[in-house]
Amino acid sequence: MANKRAKQKSKYTLDRGIPGAFEGETVTRRRFMTGTAHGAGAVAAAAFVLPSIGFAIGPIFKRNVEHWEAVGTVDQFNEDNYTSVIFTLVPDVGDAGKTTAYVRKKNPAIDTDPYDRDTSYIAISDRCAHLGCPVRWVPASERFLCPCHGGVYDLLGRRVSGPPPRPLDRFYTRLNGDVVELGPRFSVNSQLRRFSPRDPGEPLDGIGQYLYPSRPDARKL
Amino acid sequence: MPKLPAPPLLSALKTPPARPGEKNGKSGPLDELAEAGTAVVDWVDERTSLSGAARWLMFRKVPKGTNWFYTLGSATMFAFLSQAVTGVFLAMYYRPDPSGGAYESVRHITNEVFLGQLVRSMHRWGASVMVVLVFLHMGRTFFFGAYKYPRELNWVIGVVLLILTMAMGFTGYLLPFDQRAYWATIVGVNINGTGPLIGPYLSDFLRGGSEIGATTLSRFYAIHMLLIPGLMAALIGAHLYLVAKLGTTAPPWTKAEKRDELREAEV
Repeated sequence: MANKRAKQKSKYTLDRGIPGAFEGETVTRRRFMTGTAHGAGAVAAAAFVLPSIGFAIGPIFKRNVEHWEAVGTVDQFNEDNYTSVIFTLVPDVGDAGKTTAYVRKKNPAIDTDPYDRDTSYIAISDRCAHLGCPVRWVPASERFLCPCHGGVYDLLGRRVSGPPPRPLDRFYTRLNGDVVELGPRFSVNSQLRRFSPRDPGEPLDGIGQYLYPSRPDARKL
Repeated sequence: MPKLPAPPLLSALKTPPARPGEKNGKSGPLDELAEAGTAVVDWVDERTSLSGAARWLMFRKVPKGTNWFYTLGSATMFAFLSQAVTGVFLAMYYRPDPSGGAYESVRHITNEVFLGQLVRSMHRWGASVMVVLVFLHMGRTFFFGAYKYPRELNWVIGVVLLILTMAMGFTGYLLPFDQRAYWATIVGVNINGTGPLIGPYLSDFLRGGSEIGATTLSRFYAIHMLLIPGLMAALIGAHLYLVAKLGTTAPPWTKAEKRDELREAEV
């Protein structure tokens, strides 16, 4: 390899034998013109391509405003059965942005999650953790049933049967006087440890939390 | 290119050839119309030389043994054109507004617009027809070995067209924005998100956020109406050009001609 590069090409066009070369010229006029034209073309193209790409990719990085919504008064919820409430998940789209959640008063005997010390209400999302179909709470069997592919969850939202890779997502809750409010969504793994919200179909046990990283706009949740 | 002889006519229908300098009988309005048409075509042809290209495209040689299976490609293109035309007319009434406008505009098309139910149904069923035909065409090409040298690029273009067809089906499904469309898109986008590492970001890119909202519907509408039809039209053009340039293959059961005088008969 050293032999091939022994004859270093001179930077002067006169030495390289290019016809019409000037004394001390390194870049020919043709090359300069071509380069300038390419550069101008690149600037023109970038002028409309870069904003368009930013426009398309922008929503991925949008910061979600923390949004709390009142869903009912204290007397509407009890400890051993879920009550379904309707609230707005996506603003500005009217009815299409509303979704269901299942709310229950905390039962200290069952809800032993150490992070649950401060909340008095458990709110479970209706989106199945498999692919997002809406699940249904069936009081007689004390299970959440997903109609799409047969996912079944127990009272705490943990997977009992079927394809879901993790338990049902939950919402933060708080008490405002005697009105229960639902806040942002968060995901849990099978030990009910909390994570920032993920999409359905993404497991969170073990390596899952690294294979499916949290979303830029919800990382701090 | 040598002029092909005209097919034989019954002698009673044959018009006698015109004597030089004398205009033949039967010069009615129909003949004048034909002359006018020919004049228009000649005017365009003189300025574009397109008739040579048209002859090259249409008067191609096909191998012995060409059968009905070879029509599947044209059938797919016909289905695509049907989708394009019905889609354009649907787009004149459709409103991509997620807070009720999309659903309402589709209801309006189906119930109140004249022939709206027909055009919408043609578009909906046409999508299924096109997918079926695409797969049949792909199967025919595969089993006849028509993807081999020098047609590999054509096969690759065809696969890209298949993927674009699937993408059209996926994006178009959301547009009526009813319950089925909404939940099917949630499931579809989440399937996308199960890919490790970049899956979640791809899902966000498709949805335009973490949930299906206004951005999603607009995004899917733009992809369905503008981006993919443009790509598909360009690729179909390339696909057809390659078919005309490279020619079609004979079915695999056709034996090669042994006798020299029957090979490549000059027309």
